[in-house]
Amino acid sequence: MSILIIAEHDNKSLKSSLLNCVSAAKQLEGEIHVLVAGSNCADVAQAATEVADVDKVLLADAAALEHQLAEDISSVVVAQADAYSFILAAATTTGKNFIPRVAALLDVQPLSDVCGMESVDTFKRPIYAGNVIATVKSSDTKKLMTIRTTAFDAVAATGGSATQENIDTGEALGVSEFVGEELAVSDRPELTSAPVVISGGRGLQNGENFELLYSLADKLGAAVGASRAAVDAGFVPNDMQVGQTGKIVAPDLYIAVGISGAIQHLAGMKDSKVIVAINKDEDAPIFQVADYGLVADLFDAVPELDNLLG
Amino acid sequence: MKILVPIKRVVDYNVKVRPLEDGSDVDLRNVKMSVNPFCEIAVEEAVRLKEAGSAEEVVVVSIGEAKAQEQIRAAMAMGADRGILITSHAKLEPLAVAKCLKAIVEKEHANLVILGKQSIDGDNNQTGQMLAALTSMPQGTFASELKIEGDKAVVTREIDGGLQTVSLNLPAVVTTDLRLNEPRFASLPNIMKAKKKPLETIPVDELGVDVAARTTLLSVALPPERSGGVKVDSVAELVEKLKTEAKVIA
Repeated sequence: MSILIIAEHDNKSLKSSLLNCVSAAKQLEGEIHVLVAGSNCADVAQAATEVADVDKVLLADAAALEHQLAEDISSVVVAQADAYSFILAAATTTGKNFIPRVAALLDVQPLSDVCGMESVDTFKRPIYAGNVIATVKSSDTKKLMTIRTTAFDAVAATGGSATQENIDTGEALGVSEFVGEELAVSDRPELTSAPVVISGGRGLQNGENFELLYSLADKLGAAVGASRAAVDAGFVPNDMQVGQTGKIVAPDLYIAVGISGAIQHLAGMKDSKVIVAINKDEDAPIFQVADYGLVADLFDAVPELDNLLG
Repeated sequence: MKILVPIKRVVDYNVKVRPLEDGSDVDLRNVKMSVNPFCEIAVEEAVRLKEAGSAEEVVVVSIGEAKAQEQIRAAMAMGADRGILITSHAKLEPLAVAKCLKAIVEKEHANLVILGKQSIDGDNNQTGQMLAALTSMPQGTFASELKIEGDKAVVTREIDGGLQTVSLNLPAVVTTDLRLNEPRFASLPNIMKAKKKPLETIPVDELGVDVAARTTLLSVALPPERSGGVKVDSVAELVEKLKTEAKVIA
């Protein structure tokens, strides 16, 4: 039996989360197949064939799959499901949208945010905002899961030589329709894969002050994130939120600026290799997880840091 | 239109849970229990739709022990019209919960189901999607805006890249994200009124659905502890340490 990973992409390029999912799949048993479902996405499928350790790429290319709506993607995955004992996707808003739907259609209880493979039926996953890690054994014959990408090192994006097969996409369901989207446009690296992340919290006071972080980020090749408080206050858009319900990041260096460190935020960044906290409140909980803490007014410290990094 | 709002009784979000001494599960003795925050947002959204004239009735349903009546009463104090408690001693998994909810959706002929995107105990983020699948309804997950336009629900979703808007044929399932609304505090008169609202109890066995567990919790443990590091006295010292000690910047 084989493993099917549903790749995330925007019809043009493959998201790097596939590399982490393949890495996770290598700890299971079976051939690794990748499904690329979208519209005019042959380039994505081609890129997937080059990913290390992938044996086969399935391409489902149809206009109805352009926006990868959960209803239509789920039908495509369900149609392929018989051949697989594991069906995986990254634990992103895309994967979390369709994997449970597919699972219910297959009468399977899926596992979310898997961060460790103990065996082919036993897995680790965070619960209670990551305050506790559960070890769970699944008795379903087919196992569906979303993978916490930060918990698995990426495999190489090239060097593989998978075969490719075009598959039938079935009929469009027509129960849901894409209306529009507002996507963040940024020249900076993506939050979830950036080696350095600088996040701002309520301490930044307004959206304009995030410029301080952008300037610093550009010097460090960093992505910029935010706490829920900063997003709720309207300083920055939701796609920047790091935390239990936002993005999970684990960069080499995480710099928390003006963030107090609520457990919901820590859940999204505490696996970072090195954590720096800059906060003027010396009792802020963020200092309990920071490798380097600086008690200072961010409006003095950040420009100075920016200068020193020349 | 009738809106069904499934809610869950969970550990209050301010409680920091820990494993039991034997690591068999988390320690939930004597902790404060509340309505799951995402579910509260779902109740608020349903009540607002009723207040705006888009819905006639808001029905709240929960599954669990008898104590979950407290959370149903809390939702009725916010403005839900009546409650249903499906009693179960066993903790049900999302798939089983979705099957129970499907039975209630069919019994109630609900046109819209609004529920929290995840509960803050299991953090599964599955029940809404699974209910949508089992009832063949379209789904609008992680909603930050919901509009009813004729026989469609127009949902703006918070996705990793930004925002996405989808139009769903009703009946549909919508799951709430944090910024959909700010739930109201129930007033004392409304809390009193909620005590008189109808609350039906249905034993889970009577629904005739398969609620057998598919997973076994083997153990729970604390994640690797991060020890707090050092405080530096200046920005210069910070930069020095990052370069020479942590070696994370050049």
